[in-house]
Amino acid sequence: MVNTKEKNIYQAPDKAGRFGEYGGRFVPETLMPALLELETAYRDAKEDPKFVEKLDHYLKDYVGRENPLYFAERLTEAAGGAKVYLKREDLNHTGAHKINNAIGQALLAKRMGKTKIIAETGAGQHGVATATACALLDMECLVFMGKEDIRRQELNVFRMELLGASVVSVDQGSGTLKDAVNEALRYWVANVSDTHYVIGSALGPHPFPEIVRDFQRVIGVETRHQILEKEGRLPDAVVACVGGGSNSIGMFHPFVDDTEVALYGVEAAGSGIETGKHAAALTGGRPGALHGAFMYLLQDEAGQINEAHSISAGLDYPGAGPEHSHFRDTGRVTYTSVTDEQALEALKMLSRKEGILPALESSHAVHYAVELASGMSSDEIVVICLSGRGDKDVMTVRDALKGGNGHV
Amino acid sequence: MSEITKAILEARESGGCAFVPYIMAGDGGLGRLKEDLLFLQEAGATAVELGIPFSDPAADGPVIQEAGLRALAAGTTLKAVIEEVKVIRDDVHIPIIFMTYLNPVLSYGMAGFANDCQEAGIAGVIVPDVPFEESEPLEDCLRMNGIDLIRLIPLSAPEERIRKIAEAAEGFIYAVTVDGITGVRDSFGGTTDSRLEQLKEMATIPVLAGFGISAPDQVRDFGRTADGVIVGSAIVDALHREDRELIKELISSAKNIAVAAE
Repeated sequence: MVNTKEKNIYQAPDKAGRFGEYGGRFVPETLMPALLELETAYRDAKEDPKFVEKLDHYLKDYVGRENPLYFAERLTEAAGGAKVYLKREDLNHTGAHKINNAIGQALLAKRMGKTKIIAETGAGQHGVATATACALLDMECLVFMGKEDIRRQELNVFRMELLGASVVSVDQGSGTLKDAVNEALRYWVANVSDTHYVIGSALGPHPFPEIVRDFQRVIGVETRHQILEKEGRLPDAVVACVGGGSNSIGMFHPFVDDTEVALYGVEAAGSGIETGKHAAALTGGRPGALHGAFMYLLQDEAGQINEAHSISAGLDYPGAGPEHSHFRDTGRVTYTSVTDEQALEALKMLSRKEGILPALESSHAVHYAVELASGMSSDEIVVICLSGRGDKDVMTVRDALKGGNGHV
Repeated sequence: MSEITKAILEARESGGCAFVPYIMAGDGGLGRLKEDLLFLQEAGATAVELGIPFSDPAADGPVIQEAGLRALAAGTTLKAVIEEVKVIRDDVHIPIIFMTYLNPVLSYGMAGFANDCQEAGIAGVIVPDVPFEESEPLEDCLRMNGIDLIRLIPLSAPEERIRKIAEAAEGFIYAVTVDGITGVRDSFGGTTDSRLEQLKEMATIPVLAGFGISAPDQVRDFGRTADGVIVGSAIVDALHREDRELIKELISSAKNIAVAAE
C-alpha cells in the first residue's frame, strides 16, 4: 500500500476473493452487502492519494515507522552460521505489528462513514491496537474477548479500557479467540449499518485477507529496501511466525516473486504436534470453512473445529489465513512448527544475547531462525520478523518457568 | 413442484399459513429424534427444519448455540443424523429440511452429502454461511439429487440483490426478518411488513419468515403477509424444557390466520 515499486507477477486474490482455492466469502447473507461495500470503499481509498498520504503520516509520526532492520550480532554468534537480522516491529507504538492494520482499517471505516468499530482479540494485542486507533480517530470501540483470555490477560483488558474501549466478555464455547470471532461476527450481523469490523489477522471473508495483508505489507517492503541498503542483496531466508498469519503475510508478500529468497512460516506446535495440543493448522490441519474463509483448519473427522493450544495467546487460533493456505499448497512458503518449550528457550536466548524481550509469538520465529541459521554459512543472511515485544508475556513466562525448573 | 413448495401451498390453501419448526438434531440424544418429529407432525407442522450441530455457529443466538453444544456433547455427527433419518423416514410424512453450517458438509464431501440426503429423503438444505456468490457448487450437487437449496434473503438487503436471489431460489424463500442472529425478539423493525410484502410480490415461490419469531401473535402477524413462518429458538427451548403444550399452541396459531384476519 505504501510502496509498491517492486516487480509484481504474483497476483491474488481474484475477483471472488480466492487465493488458489482458498478464501472466498462464507458468511451469512446479511453481511454480503457490507462486504461488497467494503471492497468498493477499499479500492477507492487505495487509489486516493489523500488516503495514502494520511496513512503514511500516521505510520511515520504516530507508529514510528520505518522501524529498524537490526543486525543481531550476538545472536548471530550464538547461532554460529548465517547472519541474523531482526525486523523490529516490536518497536512500533503499542508494541507489535498489529497497529499497522488497525490504523489502516480504522481510517478506512471512518472514510466509509462508520461510527463504531468492533474487533476480536486473543492476547489483547489487536484489541489494544484497535482501541488505540479508535482513540486517535475518535471512534467508538467495542472489543470482543473470550472469558478465559480476559482472565489470562487482565492487564491488557485494563489498557483497552483506559484507551476508551469497551471490552465484551465472551462466555460461549471455550471462551477463547475463536469464540470471540464468532461473537464479533454475530454483533456485526446485527449492527452492520453503522459498524465496521476490524479483523486483526489475515483471515475472514474477502476482502479482509487482502486488506490486512496490504496494510501489513509495509513490513516486507521496508525490510526489502533496508537489506538491499545494508547488504546490497536480498536475504537467503525470511522467517516469521504464523497464527492467523498477519505479520508473516505482510513480511512475505513483497518477497514472493524473489524465488531466491526462501520463506519460512513458523506455527505453534504447543505441547507437540503428536499430542494433538497445538495450534498448527498448516502443519497439522486440513482445509475447511470457518469465519468466512476456506482455509487450513484444526478440525475433527466430522468437521467440528478443534481448540487450538499454544502458550502464545496470539497464535492460539485453529486456522491459518487463505493466502498462507495457498502458499502451503504451492510450496512457495515452507511451514514448520515450534513447541511452547522451544519458544520459551528462544525468548530467554534473545533476551540475554541482545537485550530484546520478544513476544512469545515472535519467539517461535526466533527459535526456528536460529536453528536454520546454524546450518547455513556465514555469508548467508536470515531475516526474522520480530512481530512484537514480550512485555505482555512476562507473567505467562514466569508461570511457565516456575512450572518447570523454577529458574530463569 | 418441489415437495416443500407443495406442502406450504397446501397449508396456505387450508386457511392458515405454513409452520416450520426448527429443532436441533441430537439435543437430548439422537434417540429422541423420531419421537420429536412424530410429535411435530402430529401437532400440525408443515415441514421440519432439522439443525445439524456445529462447534462455531456464528449465525445463531444463545438458545441454539447451547442446544448445539449439548448435541455435540452427546456425540451427534452429520453422518449419524443422516443414518437416523433413513431409519425413521417411513413414519415421517412431512418434508425434512437440513440446516447445517458448511464445514460439516465439506468434511462429509459435498457430492456424498447430497447423495446421502437424497437416500434419506431430505427435501431441502439450508446453509447459513453460504451466500449467493458461493452457492453454485452446493446447488449443483443438491440439484442432481432433486434437493432444494433453500436461500436466505435478509429483508434489509438492497432490492437488486433480493431480486437476484429470489430468482435463483428453490422450495421457498427464507425471509430473514431482522439483521442479526437467531433468537427470541419482542419487536421487529418498522419497515419489516412492507419489505416482506415487496418480497412476496417479486417471488414466484412461497416466502417464509424467520429469525426472532417466538410467540403466537407474532406467528399470526407474519402469517398474514408471508406464506408461513419458521420458529427456531422458542421451539428448541420448549423441547429442551419438555413444554410440549407451548409448541402445540404455536403450531395451532398458524392454523386459522384467515379467520383471525377477517
